[in-house]
Amino acid sequence: MLKSPGPRLDPNKANTHILPEFEYLAPRTVEETVELLSKYGEEAKVLAGGTDLLVRMKQGVLRPKYLISINRIKELNYIKDRGDHVAIGAATKLRALEKSDLIKELFPALHEAVRSMGGVQIRNMGTIGGNLCNASPAADTAPPLLVFEAEVVIAGPNGRRVVPITQFFTGPGKTVMARNELLVEVRVPKPVKPTGSAFIKIARVAMDLAKISIAVALRMNGNVVEDVKVALGSVAPTPMRAYRTEEFLKGKELTEDVMWEAANIVRTEVKPITDIRSTAEYRREVSGVILVDALKKAMERLGR
Amino acid sequence: MGTRLINFKLNGRPVSIEVKDNELLINVLRDRLGVLSPKYGCGIGECGACTVLLDGEPVLSCLTLAVEVDGREITTVEGLAKDGKLHPVQEAFIEEGAIQCGYCTPGFILVAKRLLEEVKNPSEERIREYVRGNLCRCTGYVNIIKAIKRAAEKISCGKA
Ligand SMILES: Cc1cc2nc3c(=O)[nH]c(=O)nc-3n(C[C@H](O)[C@H](O)[C@H](O)COP(=O)(O)OP(=O)(O)OC[C@H]3O[C@@H](n4cnc5c(N)ncnc54)[C@H](O)[C@@H]3O)c2cc1C
Ligand code: FES
Ligand code: FES
Repeated sequence: MLKSPGPRLDPNKANTHILPEFEYLAPRTVEETVELLSKYGEEAKVLAGGTDLLVRMKQGVLRPKYLISINRIKELNYIKDRGDHVAIGAATKLRALEKSDLIKELFPALHEAVRSMGGVQIRNMGTIGGNLCNASPAADTAPPLLVFEAEVVIAGPNGRRVVPITQFFTGPGKTVMARNELLVEVRVPKPVKPTGSAFIKIARVAMDLAKISIAVALRMNGNVVEDVKVALGSVAPTPMRAYRTEEFLKGKELTEDVMWEAANIVRTEVKPITDIRSTAEYRREVSGVILVDALKKAMERLGR
Repeated sequence: MGTRLINFKLNGRPVSIEVKDNELLINVLRDRLGVLSPKYGCGIGECGACTVLLDGEPVLSCLTLAVEVDGREITTVEGLAKDGKLHPVQEAFIEEGAIQCGYCTPGFILVAKRLLEEVKNPSEERIREYVRGNLCRCTGYVNIIKAIKRAAEKISCGKA
């Protein structure tokens, strides 16, 4: 049986031409935003690029009374080199990430993931914070951020907290954030040693969400794997790390045999479902294949 | 639900208009300002027919709140011709017959214009990648790509 990942479209509520009514608020600071979120609670939604939120409102899935736009908040839009990490403001556009030399050089897997997203219009509108907070299992920035062990900074009424991205997603559309919290920053640690990273996504057509995606970050010591991180999208209720596959690969030479053995392990680690984009069987099978492809690509980037 | 007065530049001219909080840019442009080049296709971000340039960058007017363009600059195909002369991308679309029903054309033209500002002589692959957010239901992609290449030549030869 096909199980759709998204909420059903209710033809009585859907209207792709006109949005349901709401009140628009445009705070100028993070503090003001958190206050508004605390005041309006469940009735409010944060609006960033709107490429997920407004679509869901048109589909009649969401009907917030208040839209709190964060697009006028300057302090949420930046890419900064902070020495040991790169800090990205939550409302930074995907297109800015795509154009950033810093991201391209240090985090090729993240760069590739962003480039694969939507069309140029979607990347001009959509933000990294929106991609993460929407918390789709197919969110393309998630696998790279998982392998780079990024952290997110969340602002709430009692100040800010830092959460590892590995603990951020709790279910489809769900995160650790409370209703009155705002994502303000993503921090990506710079690799301390030469690291090869890669992102691969398989989709039906160029513009579609992933059927399955993978990111790897690989560090070698001589001929053996010193450290490796593997993360996948669209194969579980949340974007996931494949810890058992990583453990298996550590300390091994990356021969064809070893890689295909790892492929079999990752196939047992993923928990895919069948939905409108693909089947569980396909996703399980292909998770192994794209693992091998991604490892090879990462090796190449290390100059091997 | 509130309304508010917004000010923005539309094809170089200042516009001042009272909009409702939930009004979409495409509806304000088409229904209230008579700017008809942005087309309503899917309404959910998939087709690119509603593309406009926001401060020079292609965005989707079907997913943009009118209130959010306050203080900014919108360009549509109506604003491309200079002194009665079409933009080289427009000329190239006509010359290559890249227009069938024309519904997708304004979106493609704006995206192509931006591409050619970023890359002087884009490869076919680059062009295809750049226009992937625009659908042509008449499936005239071959001529559209040819037109974008021709426009690139026109611009680089300065014949524009
Ligand atoms: C045609 C099309 C193609 C797409 N292709 C892809 C693709 O290839 N890959 C992919 O991963 N996604 C894709 N998307 C989905 C979407 O564009 C991305 O997820 C985008 O990054 C969302 O960002 P946004 O700023 O538009 O989010 P919004 O729609 O503004 O917000 C999304 C959600 O996050 C919340 N939110 C946003 N920012 C914050 C914040 N700072 N703090 C707290 N909550 C916040 C909002 O309240 C909302 O619930 C596509 C969408 C469309 C319409
Ligand atoms: S109408 Fe806006 S993308 Fe289709
Ligand atoms: S010319 Fe008809 S949709 Fe493209």
